[in-house]
Amino acid sequence: MRLVPHAALLLVLQAATPAVVAAAPAMNAAAPAADSGPAAVDAAATAALAAPSAPAAKAALPVDANGQLEDRALQARFEEITKQLRCLVCQNESIADSNAELAGDLRRQVTEMLVAGKSDDAIFHYMTDRYGEFVRFNPPLEPKTLLIWGAPFFMVLLGAFIVFRIARQRAAMPLDDEPSTESR
Amino acid sequence: MWKFLLPFAAFVALAVLFAFGLNPGRDIHALPSPLIGKPAPEFALTDLLDPAHAVSNKALDGQVYVLNVWATWCVPCREEHPALVAISQQHVVPIIGLNWKDQRERAQQWLQQLGNPYQSVAFDGDGRVAIDWGVYGAPETYLVDARGRVIYKYISPMTQQVWDSEFMPRIEAARRGGA
Repeated sequence: MRLVPHAALLLVLQAATPAVVAAAPAMNAAAPAADSGPAAVDAAATAALAAPSAPAAKAALPVDANGQLEDRALQARFEEITKQLRCLVCQNESIADSNAELAGDLRRQVTEMLVAGKSDDAIFHYMTDRYGEFVRFNPPLEPKTLLIWGAPFFMVLLGAFIVFRIARQRAAMPLDDEPSTESR
Repeated sequence: MWKFLLPFAAFVALAVLFAFGLNPGRDIHALPSPLIGKPAPEFALTDLLDPAHAVSNKALDGQVYVLNVWATWCVPCREEHPALVAISQQHVVPIIGLNWKDQRERAQQWLQQLGNPYQSVAFDGDGRVAIDWGVYGAPETYLVDARGRVIYKYISPMTQQVWDSEFMPRIEAARRGGA
């Protein structure tokens, strides 16, 4: 798993939230993982033989043999955007890194929207409209995300305050080994 | 005095946090849907059982209905299936199926063997409609009111108990609210 730089900040918070602490996945819902056993193998086989709709749709996109967009600028944006979108199946992976089928579908969606000339903002909006703010690793700074963005700074300030108080208390205390009293 | 109260307060805060966070009844993968209260995304797909026919939720305008996302590769979907069949026999609201990223033949076989609780099943082979609905796992079950708004989303296998406690009150409220 590779983390998006900004996601590190969020992870600080997530570590404190129960959602990630209780990582034992009592999976009630299944997700179409890439390795879902014989079904996936069959699907691959039929895809190779019958070439149903999916590969046909792919052919329409201007991608090279490696699946990269021919337009380098678009490819760069594609990489940047998919790094910032959370794979909802394996929730701490981005859709750029995930092998889950849903991540593949979302990558296809991003590619199609880029080719259609959509802006980064429009793509992020498209995703948050459907999956919620949670889909973004790097949520925009706005009133409802103030807690997420402000909490690390608040923690640092709180820590500094505590250290300051302790330091002042200690400074006020007489040191044990000071030869100030004649009794020792 | 507050020197002793502070650690105690911190302990209570943590205890509450853990009681919430480690609660085994909570599905940590369940996410709130941004779709609640919004118009249900429209779709027009082929019918799972008859590819020559189209299934569209536009035809359901004006009535409360349930959309159930399922697939044959989804083990919990098999688990919930008997409950769906039983619920469908109570004829409360139409249940529409969204067969997600599946193979048509397998899905048809599944319905033949296990019974068909759906009024109709839309075949979403490449998962595009599922993206519109914000589906990220199966099974997921949506409740849409007569004005075509999504009013509830349930993530996990359906049971009669969940149906009675979560769906029925909302369905009745939606009907009282009138179309």
